Amino acid sequence: MITGIPQSGAFKWTYRAYVALFFVFLALPLVTVCVFAFNDSVFPSLPWEGFTWAWFFGDEAPYIGVFHERPILRSIVTSGIVAFWVALLSVAVGTCNAFLFVRHDFPGKGVLYILMLLPLIIPGIILGISILVFSSSVANTLEDATGLWFDGLRPGLILVVLGQFSFITTFATLVISARLQKFDPALEEAALNLGATRWGAVRAVTLPFLYPAMGAAGVVAVLMSFENFNTTLMLVGSDAPLTITMFDRLKLGSTPVLNAVSLLLIVVSALLGLASLLLEKRQD
Amino acid sequence: MPMADRSKLTFYLLLAPLLLWLVTLIILPHVGMFIVSLREKVGVREYETSFANYAVFFNEPLYWNTFARTAYMSIASTVLTLLIGFPIAYYIAKLTRGRSKTTLFLMCLIPFWVSELVRTFGWMILLRETGIFSNLLQYVGLADAPVEMLYNDAAIMVGLVYTSMLFMVVPLVTTLDSLDDSLIEAGYDLGASGIAILREIVIPHAMPGIVSGCIVVFMLSLGNYLTPILLGGKDSLWFTGLIYSQFITRFNWELGSAFGFLLLGLSSLIVFVGLKLTRQSLGKTMAQT
Repeated sequence: MITGIPQSGAFKWTYRAYVALFFVFLALPLVTVCVFAFNDSVFPSLPWEGFTWAWFFGDEAPYIGVFHERPILRSIVTSGIVAFWVALLSVAVGTCNAFLFVRHDFPGKGVLYILMLLPLIIPGIILGISILVFSSSVANTLEDATGLWFDGLRPGLILVVLGQFSFITTFATLVISARLQKFDPALEEAALNLGATRWGAVRAVTLPFLYPAMGAAGVVAVLMSFENFNTTLMLVGSDAPLTITMFDRLKLGSTPVLNAVSLLLIVVSALLGLASLLLEKRQD
Repeated sequence: MPMADRSKLTFYLLLAPLLLWLVTLIILPHVGMFIVSLREKVGVREYETSFANYAVFFNEPLYWNTFARTAYMSIASTVLTLLIGFPIAYYIAKLTRGRSKTTLFLMCLIPFWVSELVRTFGWMILLRETGIFSNLLQYVGLADAPVEMLYNDAAIMVGLVYTSMLFMVVPLVTTLDSLDDSLIEAGYDLGASGIAILREIVIPHAMPGIVSGCIVVFMLSLGNYLTPILLGGKDSLWFTGLIYSQFITRFNWELGSAFGFLLLGLSSLIVFVGLKLTRQSLGKTMAQT
């Protein structure tokens, strides 16, 4: 922090006001969404008609709350299933990648590292359409050749999982690699001297050291999967995850039930975000 | 089994998932998309290799106008995000410490954890005709009828800046944090003005952060779909919207793939130029975000 620099009082206060205004700007849309989840009206807009819990628990039309709205509940479950698989796959592959890039030197390492980072700079829509085009042509070829159906390669949940996995793995790799770099190899050597096998040493010493990072990567993967829209949009089939369902509703015109879902999402993402921060803190 | 063989086996076992991931989900799909973009449909399931789809893009003003518009709107949103975010990052990095620093930094992160859809929905409620701002203006007496603030370029800009702010502020705070305070104080002691210090000391030091922030924000704006469609309405004319309609509504995958490649080309070009101009590597830049 810089002290002892001459600054006029007016400047200091303008600066502070600007910073305050900035945080109002950040909070405004989120607060608005949350507040209107409790408005006793069928439109999420003014005038304020009074406070109600109906958009959460209501079961009479037009006040069908989130917890009685079948399509939304189903899409939350769908999102959960997708997020689970994406987190599992990306943490598993990310851990392997971390060991490969931190522990091994091999020709072409630099090129592979750049390739590994590429998914970060490919727009999500492009990632989605390229996987869509490729999997469809593979499916066409296979179906022409065998006469069987390959539904898994058509738009649907499997492709959604693969599409999200394709870029979330990069994040998992970066998080887990950063942790592995801090590991002292002497600990593993000690285990080897004490008679552990190579794999036994990794399992008993190195992996537990990595658990917080793997946990953090998993939480981040769940968050990113839950809120992903662009890639999912191009690969989705008949079972829509939550963001897609909400988008379709939003285009038709919204009721405060969307505010209620959003409020729940905000609470859950804030909790998950804090969890990932705590996990990262435990590493220090 | 000898040690060397075993470690070779470990190496290949670790390499396999990486290659499987990169080859089947990144490399082959993009090669495949490029091949499809070079296909011209001449009959039912009959194709010829040609640049016809790219020719369609250059011959149809709507297409390249939308492309150019997406590019310059993205540049504008990047510049705006930098101008708005820089003072905030400087404040967090240099004028606060301890607990309040952590709190302010966390408050910048929170909107990012929330789905982009929710954030955009929030702006829709604020900006629309029956929305908060419109009612506020009428209440204060500045307007005597509902004002529609949604479905124009300014609304798109607000949404883009809001969505990408974090990706600017985080790298800026990181680089500004590493600037030694005594350099700034020395500048003041030697009689430099605030502007001169900003130009000669702060900005040169923050350059890596500025570049990586700008690159990420530009890419995110260029590839954004939700914000332009929801805040800009039907006539938002965003390039990703064109790609979506070619793929999903028109079912013209050949043209859609060509569009996808053009967008990917533009985005890669900007990243490349940005990195070259500041002599940075992709790995270092991405590590900051």
